[in-house]
Amino acid sequence: MSTSASTSESMTLGNLDRELIVATQQGLPLVSDPWAAVGEQIGISGDEALARFQRLQANGVLRRVAAVPNHYRLGYHFNGMTVWDVDDERVRELGRATGELPFVSHCYRRPRHLPLWPYNLFAMVHGTSRDEVESKAERIHELLGDACRGHQILYSSAILKKTGLRLQRKR
Amino acid sequence: MSVMETPEKPPALSDTERAILNRLQDGLPLVPHPYAAVAEELGIGEDTLLTHLQAMLDSGLLTRFGPMFHAGEMGGGLTLAAMAVPEDEFETVTEQVNSFPEVAHNYRREHDLNMWFVLATEEEEAIPRVIQDIESLTGHPVYNMPKEEEFHVNLRFYV
Repeated sequence: MSTSASTSESMTLGNLDRELIVATQQGLPLVSDPWAAVGEQIGISGDEALARFQRLQANGVLRRVAAVPNHYRLGYHFNGMTVWDVDDERVRELGRATGELPFVSHCYRRPRHLPLWPYNLFAMVHGTSRDEVESKAERIHELLGDACRGHQILYSSAILKKTGLRLQRKR
Repeated sequence: MSVMETPEKPPALSDTERAILNRLQDGLPLVPHPYAAVAEELGIGEDTLLTHLQAMLDSGLLTRFGPMFHAGEMGGGLTLAAMAVPEDEFETVTEQVNSFPEVAHNYRREHDLNMWFVLATEEEEAIPRVIQDIESLTGHPVYNMPKEEEFHVNLRFYV
């Protein structure tokens, strides 16, 4: 999978791309020709809708068109945000290596807030038990070695809100 | 708020359902008649694929099927923020924080910093203003932790 450093420049979306996103953010139609179905909603051809999706993917705006499982329903009940205090000199190299571990779903470098929050590397780990999350965290720990000065695992105990990211239709 | 303590047994999936679930987490090919293309790969009919997919959505096994956008590339502001909320105020502060439409996700976590939320705004410049508004409404500091570098995003659950 791609291990990309984040780009600082965000592209500005054109109006039609924006409409395409608004039309599909709830889901892609489950019909034989979904591109035509979506195109029809915003007044473009199926070919153009498909071409725009391909371009959005090439630009990195669209990661993929995919199934998003409810991970609790699949037995993954434990979501551990593992956070690490990693030597600034080595965090890029080690962050990439951490992100490549197959069980790490998200991996970011974020700012510290000293003295309260010394952690600069975040890696999200999911498991069917706490033990599983902990043994996965231990593998990250081994990888970070002596560049790591401390870490914690923050388990989520409740979802307080989950509406997802939504673009609003422009008024 | 939904609490995550009730362990739920993973559903019994047929081989076909399992194959569809795994394959479609990797993404639909961006080609004409994409479902037919995936169905052919899996050795099933397009109708069978679409029927199973609809059933998995209806049963809630899938939260959605569709494009996954890279929020950071769409323009606008995006950040992760955390707060240390005293236990006796937790419910009130949850309501206050969730009342902001810019709060997309909010999780309770086991730590002194016990509230973690994602802020998404149409304009990047709006993030500091929303943070200030949350601080003045709740009376607690908000620790802003925007991503400085992304090493990996690949959330998939193979079954």
